[in-house]
Amino acid sequence: MSDDRSAIGNMDVTRRPSPVTGFYTLFYKEWLRFWKVSVQTILAPVLTALLFLLVFSHTLRSHVEPFPGVSYSAFLVPGLAMMSVLQNAFANSSSSLMQSKMTGNIIFVLLPPLSHREFFLAYLLAAAARGLVVGAGVFAATVWFVDLQFAHPLWAIAFALAGSGIMGALGIIAGIHSEKVDELAVFQNFIILPLTFLSGVFYSIHSLPPFWQGLSHLNPIFYMIDGFRYGFFGHADVSPFLSLAIVGACFFALSLLTLWLLKTGYKLRH
Amino acid sequence: MRPIPAIQVENVSKRYGRLQALAEVSLEIAPGEFFGLLGPNGAGKTTLISILAGLTIASSGSARVMGFDVRSQYREARRALGVVPQELVFDPFFTVRETLTIQSGYFGMRNGRGWIDEVMHHLDLVDKADTNMRALSGGMKRRVLVAQALVHKPPVIVLDEPTAGVDVELRQALWRFIRRLNQDGHTIVLTTHYLEEAEALCGRIAMLKEGRIVALDTTQNLLGRHSGCYVELRLDPDRLPERLLPEVVDRRANGAYRLALKDYVELEDLMRELRASGVRVQELEVIQPDLEEVFVQIMRKA
Repeated sequence: MSDDRSAIGNMDVTRRPSPVTGFYTLFYKEWLRFWKVSVQTILAPVLTALLFLLVFSHTLRSHVEPFPGVSYSAFLVPGLAMMSVLQNAFANSSSSLMQSKMTGNIIFVLLPPLSHREFFLAYLLAAAARGLVVGAGVFAATVWFVDLQFAHPLWAIAFALAGSGIMGALGIIAGIHSEKVDELAVFQNFIILPLTFLSGVFYSIHSLPPFWQGLSHLNPIFYMIDGFRYGFFGHADVSPFLSLAIVGACFFALSLLTLWLLKTGYKLRH
Repeated sequence: MRPIPAIQVENVSKRYGRLQALAEVSLEIAPGEFFGLLGPNGAGKTTLISILAGLTIASSGSARVMGFDVRSQYREARRALGVVPQELVFDPFFTVRETLTIQSGYFGMRNGRGWIDEVMHHLDLVDKADTNMRALSGGMKRRVLVAQALVHKPPVIVLDEPTAGVDVELRQALWRFIRRLNQDGHTIVLTTHYLEEAEALCGRIAMLKEGRIVALDTTQNLLGRHSGCYVELRLDPDRLPERLLPEVVDRRANGAYRLALKDYVELEDLMRELRASGVRVQELEVIQPDLEEVFVQIMRKA
């Protein structure tokens, strides 16, 4: 180590560095974390969505017309895009926290003077950002094959933001709660995946028998997909206002729960 | 007026279910001190450090860093503290410079490039600035951990067994560097299993056992508590009088007898006994007890 005799560090405890910098740095770190491995975190889910589109639209194009005047391929694209937004938002915050806990480097974000609100917002926004980037990627990849309408783009944006926020918050909860990769896989494979696949990504719930239609109304992801799709076709299975109210209430409740868990230090500050 | 203690711990207890990790621990560390926290594994050292750093929430009691409560004034308390963790943890996504820039950003430091360059220079990390953390050797990773603890210029630095598993060269370099930090005014709190290091570096030491402080004093006073000494003797003829045999604690490789004396006064009796038995002393060495001896004694008694 250097034998330079200059004093190391001029201490000043009274200075007040900006907390915004701390929050922004954590957000930026989370952004960098997925951006640096974008082949895995962005390109791979875009390719998966593209494969879904090719296989399902090829198989069902001539059999299904979910909404009047809307082809099955066009119907499928917003659903696939939203599914990708939701799954990737969840994956980002949950895997980041899980990996940090397992490798022990979570200590680097627990030692600094970040409040639980800054911690929450940084992880949430980074998760939403990854979800939205992947969603945009799905559109960019599929727009060449499908004729898409944009009836109410602001509705689509509102549902994309709220949906990615919900899954980002859920990812934080899953990441904090899970002690092992197995536990996180339970969240991912037994809760998120079935709820997403049974939310109307691949079909309109009006094509389902009444019992399954009723059951679909208990799935919050159904409202995210349906509301998002309304932004494209101006047509939805339920009122977009009802969907937005339910999605908004879910986001609010999950945010409160996540903030409370972070404030109490649940499974982070033992 | 009494200066604000760098660290103030009052009646801190921590319980994990039925395990009492810390029991009513109280201590104060003055600014600029080099303080040692010693104890066997599971004594509560890391728990105490974690409470100071806000990584663990105490079940009861209060802890302050530079006068700031670690719970109610956590922003100020955490800014005042730099922690070098025991485990060799790192984020595999980033280079050394990115790691340090991100860490300083967490603490609200903007435009910290100059300071980060300086820290890297002091820790000989400049050549590795753009190397991914995964590609560093264990020793280099340890240096980055020290750098990470310094990026926000904390007045109090806690090192939790920083030399565990570190080669001799790096260990010595690390101690030179930490000694300089202390000379520059930083308060240093150190936990280590290398007691000779604690003896050489620490001005004051607390010894923990089963979550309780069993000794808290200056290093000199702790060493002074052990009033006895050891004597190593080579004799001619090589035969110890029978009355002295109970005092033998070891037979050295060179044939010398090692005897434990409760007091230096016993040395006079020993020599008299040898003379009376017609045994001549070929070599004699009086050995002072070291911190390890004191540590073992205190832990046995506690």
